[in-house]
Amino acid sequence: MITLHRLTKDFPGGVRALDTLDLTIGDGEFFTLLGPSGCGKTTLLRTVAGLETPTSGTIHINDTDVTPLPPGRRDVAMVFQDYALFPHMTVSDNIAHPLRIKKVPRAERATKAADVAHRLSLAELLHRRPAQLSGGQQQRVALARAIACHPTAFLFDEPLSNLDARLRLEARTFLKRLQRELAVTTVFVTHDQAEALALADRIAVMSHGRMIQIGTPADVFQRPATTFVAAFIGSTPMNLLPGRHTDGALHVAGATLPAPTGTPEGDLVYGVRPEYMDVLPQTRPDAFPGTVSVLENLGTSTLVTLENDGTLIQAVVPEGDEPAIGTPAWALPRRSLLYKDGHLLQAPPRKPVYTGTALL
Amino acid sequence: MAPTTSPPGDAAGLGKARAAAFVLPALVLIGVFLVFPALWTIYLGLTDYRLTGLAAADPQVVGLDNYTDALTDPRFLTSLWLTVAYVGGSAVIGQAGLGFTLAWILRGRTGPVRRAVEGVVLLSWILPSTVVGFLWFALLDRDDGTLNALLHTPGLAWLLDHPLLSIIVFNVWRGTAFSMMLYSAALENVPPSHLETARLAGAGVPQQLRDVVLPLIRRHVLTNLLLISLWTFNDFTPFVLTGGGPEGRSEILPVYVYNIALKGGELGAGAAVSFLILLINLIFALAYLRLLRGRRKSLTGPPA
Repeated sequence: MITLHRLTKDFPGGVRALDTLDLTIGDGEFFTLLGPSGCGKTTLLRTVAGLETPTSGTIHINDTDVTPLPPGRRDVAMVFQDYALFPHMTVSDNIAHPLRIKKVPRAERATKAADVAHRLSLAELLHRRPAQLSGGQQQRVALARAIACHPTAFLFDEPLSNLDARLRLEARTFLKRLQRELAVTTVFVTHDQAEALALADRIAVMSHGRMIQIGTPADVFQRPATTFVAAFIGSTPMNLLPGRHTDGALHVAGATLPAPTGTPEGDLVYGVRPEYMDVLPQTRPDAFPGTVSVLENLGTSTLVTLENDGTLIQAVVPEGDEPAIGTPAWALPRRSLLYKDGHLLQAPPRKPVYTGTALL
Repeated sequence: MAPTTSPPGDAAGLGKARAAAFVLPALVLIGVFLVFPALWTIYLGLTDYRLTGLAAADPQVVGLDNYTDALTDPRFLTSLWLTVAYVGGSAVIGQAGLGFTLAWILRGRTGPVRRAVEGVVLLSWILPSTVVGFLWFALLDRDDGTLNALLHTPGLAWLLDHPLLSIIVFNVWRGTAFSMMLYSAALENVPPSHLETARLAGAGVPQQLRDVVLPLIRRHVLTNLLLISLWTFNDFTPFVLTGGGPEGRSEILPVYVYNIALKGGELGAGAAVSFLILLINLIFALAYLRLLRGRRKSLTGPPA
């Protein structure tokens, strides 16, 4: 278990990288820190590792206050984006290096390294050097080194970003399965929202040193707490359309929509994911009118961009249902969210599409 | 890419004759000022050529007499030993050790402290030898020296009582800048994530140096040691401070050659010792190059 209490980190020059963070990460949880570059996610990971000293606040790992402890005494293992494999050591020596530092006898080290290597399908490569391995193999060696010393927590700093796209998907599945098996508390930093959604038990979306939203992938995807999260999460960006609530109806981008009960009057932002829109060939009062301006093929579906007086509305249609470019079309929202002043309005609870399997 | 018309190995497409014409002026200069004097020294070393007297007018070839004389001369052997101590103490331990320590401490640091240290260290490197010699006289002087004033040891004759130590400290002071700069550059090539991985495993500074830093910068270390060893081995500057004295106690080989060849007038013997110094340099260089090459092979070749 990792507990942060009012954790703050100021860098010289007045940059506040972490702003009074409180967080508890449960035992065995796969926790992902997600955010754009410069949001403080890596700083938070490095502060937990002990590579950065917090300006104030405390970090507890399993009820031990590790805030004053050096990195080597926190019993955590970190995997870096560049893997940080030592080029002059064999795979076996690399995996066993933390054990060597801990003065484990040579024979025991070799056995442990071989065990872990076998588990990660590296058994054939024990006597190679990192330069003789592929990117995916190097990544697994770095994982093996982290596993070999049986830490209480794994800290991953974008370990999949240096892999090519196909390998990244494989490594993602592999990593998730491995973490399930080992059941070691894991903090995973990424800027890739798809990776975060796929891997995490819980996600914290960060911006400017604060956690904007903490929740299961389903929570964060279905009910983004702010327009920032809404725009950040999702392979195709959410439509965030300015609108106005008057006389019991929402007026958004040429459409008139029923307002949920309890919606305050005035300016709002109407959010709807492209996946939750239907494109119709004929007009409807509760559909957004527009002219088809761009079609982007997504493989099994197509992303349609409608243009209406400079407002762009995107919708995903199944393959074969694409409208022709230049023709008028209407986009009908199926599920939507309302934001006032950037924050999600607590609309009446609706039936979730599926229930996420959250650990907590 | 080379044009398809030119043969392999001739990217500029000059042809042999024109290429040779371009190289010729440089080759002539090297021949006149480097190769010829070297060969002339070898020839001189086989004669009894002197600066003055009968042998100056009509030098006789005496074979290997100069070499056997030198190798059996206790003064030469003492000088050789002093040189080894001077190179080991001031270059290998002093300059490389201190230079690396400074580079390690200043690594990752920016701001006034780093700039000040670099400035001071570089200043001692760029000052002319004679100026530095004069400064060190002022520092080590027996009666009015700064060091005696600082240590409250009036009348202590550093250059007379500790001549070897004096020139070693002097050379460390003078030459550390090069090693520091080289190691600073080398340490910048050590990825921070490697050091952090070691720190997370609980490695202290000695273990970080052993497992991460030294293996990664080993070629820089070897290159640095090769250069500073050769420079120090051939360094004549200590002559400015002690002139090789007292009683030859700081007479390193270059000073020894000067003393016998120009002060003693035995040009033939001096040339012979010069050639011996050249041979020792050559052995140094070959040994270092071998180490470097072995390293490169073990990194890229099949695992041991």
